[in-house]
Amino acid sequence: MTTQPAPNTKSRALSGDRQALSGDRHTLPGDRHTLPGARHALPGGDRRSFSGDHHHHTLPGARHALPGGDDITRAVLPNGIVVLARPNFNSPSVVVNGFLDAGSLSEPDELLGLAGFTAEALMRGTERRTFQEIYDILETAGASLGFSGGTHTSGFGGKALAEDLDLLLDLLADSLSQPAFPAEQVEKLRARLLTGLAIRAQDTGEMASLTADQIVYPGHPYARPDDGYPETVQAIRRQHLVDFHRQNFGPRGMALAVVGAVDPLQAVERVAAVLGDWRNPDQPESVQLPPLPAPGEPLRRKVDIPGKYQADIVVGVAGPQRRDPDYLAASLGNNILGQFGMMGRVGETVREKAGLAYYAYSSLSGGLGPGPWSVVAGVDPANVDRAVDLIQGEIQRFVSDPVEADELADSQSNFVGRLPLSLESNGGVAAALVNLERYDLGLDYYRQYPDLVRAVTVEQVLETARRYLGPARLGVAVAGP
Amino acid sequence: MDITRVQLPNGLQVLLKEIHTAPLTSLWVWYRVGSRNERPGATGISHWTEHMQFKGTPRFPPEILDKAVARQGGYRNAFTFLDWTTYFETMPADKIDLALDLEADRMANSLFEPGEVESERTVIISERQGNENEPLFLLGEEVQAAAFRVHSYHHEIIGDLADLQTISRDDLYRHYRAHYVPGNAVLAAAGDFETESMLGYIRQHFESLADGSVSTTAARPEPAQPGERTVTVEGPGDTTYLQVAYHSPAARDPDFFPYLVTDSLLTGPSNLNMFGGGISNKTSRLYRALVEKELAVGVSGGVSATIDPFMHSITATLHPNANADQVVQALDEEVKRLQDSPPDEGEVARAVKQARALFAYGSESITNQAFWMGYSEMFASYDWFVNYLERLAAVTPGDVQRIAQTYLRPQNRVLGVYLPGGDQEVGS
Repeated sequence: MTTQPAPNTKSRALSGDRQALSGDRHTLPGDRHTLPGARHALPGGDRRSFSGDHHHHTLPGARHALPGGDDITRAVLPNGIVVLARPNFNSPSVVVNGFLDAGSLSEPDELLGLAGFTAEALMRGTERRTFQEIYDILETAGASLGFSGGTHTSGFGGKALAEDLDLLLDLLADSLSQPAFPAEQVEKLRARLLTGLAIRAQDTGEMASLTADQIVYPGHPYARPDDGYPETVQAIRRQHLVDFHRQNFGPRGMALAVVGAVDPLQAVERVAAVLGDWRNPDQPESVQLPPLPAPGEPLRRKVDIPGKYQADIVVGVAGPQRRDPDYLAASLGNNILGQFGMMGRVGETVREKAGLAYYAYSSLSGGLGPGPWSVVAGVDPANVDRAVDLIQGEIQRFVSDPVEADELADSQSNFVGRLPLSLESNGGVAAALVNLERYDLGLDYYRQYPDLVRAVTVEQVLETARRYLGPARLGVAVAGP
Repeated sequence: MDITRVQLPNGLQVLLKEIHTAPLTSLWVWYRVGSRNERPGATGISHWTEHMQFKGTPRFPPEILDKAVARQGGYRNAFTFLDWTTYFETMPADKIDLALDLEADRMANSLFEPGEVESERTVIISERQGNENEPLFLLGEEVQAAAFRVHSYHHEIIGDLADLQTISRDDLYRHYRAHYVPGNAVLAAAGDFETESMLGYIRQHFESLADGSVSTTAARPEPAQPGERTVTVEGPGDTTYLQVAYHSPAARDPDFFPYLVTDSLLTGPSNLNMFGGGISNKTSRLYRALVEKELAVGVSGGVSATIDPFMHSITATLHPNANADQVVQALDEEVKRLQDSPPDEGEVARAVKQARALFAYGSESITNQAFWMGYSEMFASYDWFVNYLERLAAVTPGDVQRIAQTYLRPQNRVLGVYLPGGDQEVGS
């Protein structure tokens, strides 16, 4: 429930709606946080990821069929790039979405933000084209393309009318393999990134989330914000970008999906034509995460942001990785805790009954690593303690007593039923295909998914909840006036 | 683009479009009521009423409602805008009867229980506080209030805090009963159904609802602005924002389409999608003039399709080394360039191609297609939407120049600046 959907305006577009709000907060910048003009459909970060099957609305080409091995084309190019394709001729558009094995895990503490800076700078000019030439080609076609840095990987996403797919792939390949990092453009981008950090410092939700990461992951790479700090972004030189790109960007570990009004075999050929010769013999192996630390003391911290009207609360722990065997049990449990219907049990208690918050929900963001499992709420500064107590009470109940059989059945039915909805658009299908590859789930995963979901038991949900959400590990971060 | 249009005897307008590409159906029910229909003392009442529509009827208590849809894998939400309020469910196609049942039920039978009204009061105040955390909300609210002295577009959709503290349960219920009647509503459905049988279901659920009388509140037209207005908002942070708002034509005004193209050249492609996203604007005239010249780090703009004339708003996030005067000066130079000489044919054609691409992205989603049908009915008619690309394509460079000359004058605008560093004043 929200005010001001205002389509047909670019500045006043949809501001956090009722349910899309949950989950989005940590992956996508809300419109009001986004710098005007920087409005790409970028894939979410990879640490807190897998939004693909949650809140995307989207339409598979083959009527009434979930994607599977018989209608997904998967090819591995000789240089290692994995190409996934699935046709949809119901709309004349095409989406390209993917990732590379280069992220903030490879950057030193004093240069935090380097991976993201590098990713965003790729389209600021190449050996062949200036910044304005790149965007002139793109925008003249009504197409879009953007790169974003993540913790483990860097992501990219683009879309175009099907007639312009070659143009899109050509710009993708050009940006990836021959970026020029023009000094003047690097400085313009730096100003934008620094402004973004200044805005972040004023954003109660972002600051609560960042502080929660510092409590939950002390000394671990996950305590570091991917977008860095003002002083580290200031310290990054153009040469650092050149070096980071040369040392880390390459075809090994790269995957991309092409979904839309294009024949899948042709899609693979076109990708091979522009990216098949890309080589980087220096590309290192994937960075391994250190083991998780014990949470840091104190477990509860407050960040003061004077002059604000609302405080944000994040209560969290380190959750499972996407590939962990208990991930689905955790995900169903999370749905019961703070998603289902109007934000699950947390929403029922904090919003519906106590009337304390417009949003109060839980999110599970495990991806390639053990991303956070958190409960989030925005409340009047005078109500912080009450809201934290209510949230902790719900978590306590969640780890003490098994969920009702009906609750689990409802969430299972919700997970199975909403799958077609998440695959409604090309973007939804592309994100789903990329996730298959990123988490090595197998091409038939979405066909098996209903059975996998229904196999989870009440006991598994309780056991999983206890393993992660023990009260002694709960970090509580508050940011506000 | 083939749709079926029917009006039930009780006045409910029905628009149906079969789309058999996925096993989904999206149902939207639109009411011709929004913040435009509100008077001082009751600002925000339309949005609050929308919230109460999730709080239960005798048949469907609140805890049942959301769960019933979620259990089926459906997705639902609601939006309140200046001119309208809308509710939707996108469901597996074989479950759409549930959505029809819920929507028909809450068109007439919502309870507005006093306890629920009170707990929702604090939820909405919390929603407003969340908005107030954002400098662009604080700035936008002041700019809009300065632009409309007379017309009810004056206030933010969420309403003023004073009214959110005092609106009563009976105020809300009266507002509900006055506006939530079939004769004031449009039902739009798109998706995997057969039109005849869908129409049967719709009649079964909605035809028995009493037609009621549609309360018509006459809008108070905004007089021509006699001179430039400026507002300053001080608040916390380190970032300066500029919002420039020009009075712009209503959606039915012949000037609206050339205005869309004009805005497209200045700040990037116009986007009619609620679901489906937009594209970047790095080759727009104002991006080049402001961001490339290091006066701003981002710029955006847009025109809303509304019943009465609203605002064309341009927002810039300033570069740390620039000030608002420099940005306004650069913006004025770009506007003057457009007033002095018409754009190339190619630049106008490009705006049309961009709109075509955005249409293709939006049409991937059944939810978005159903949205378009009802949305265009709220301020014009579905034909407005069907003819959208054609009308954009008919815009000439001379039209764009005339729009710039007619509307983009300092006398016709509000200049708003958010100045950071004022946290003491605001926070006290």
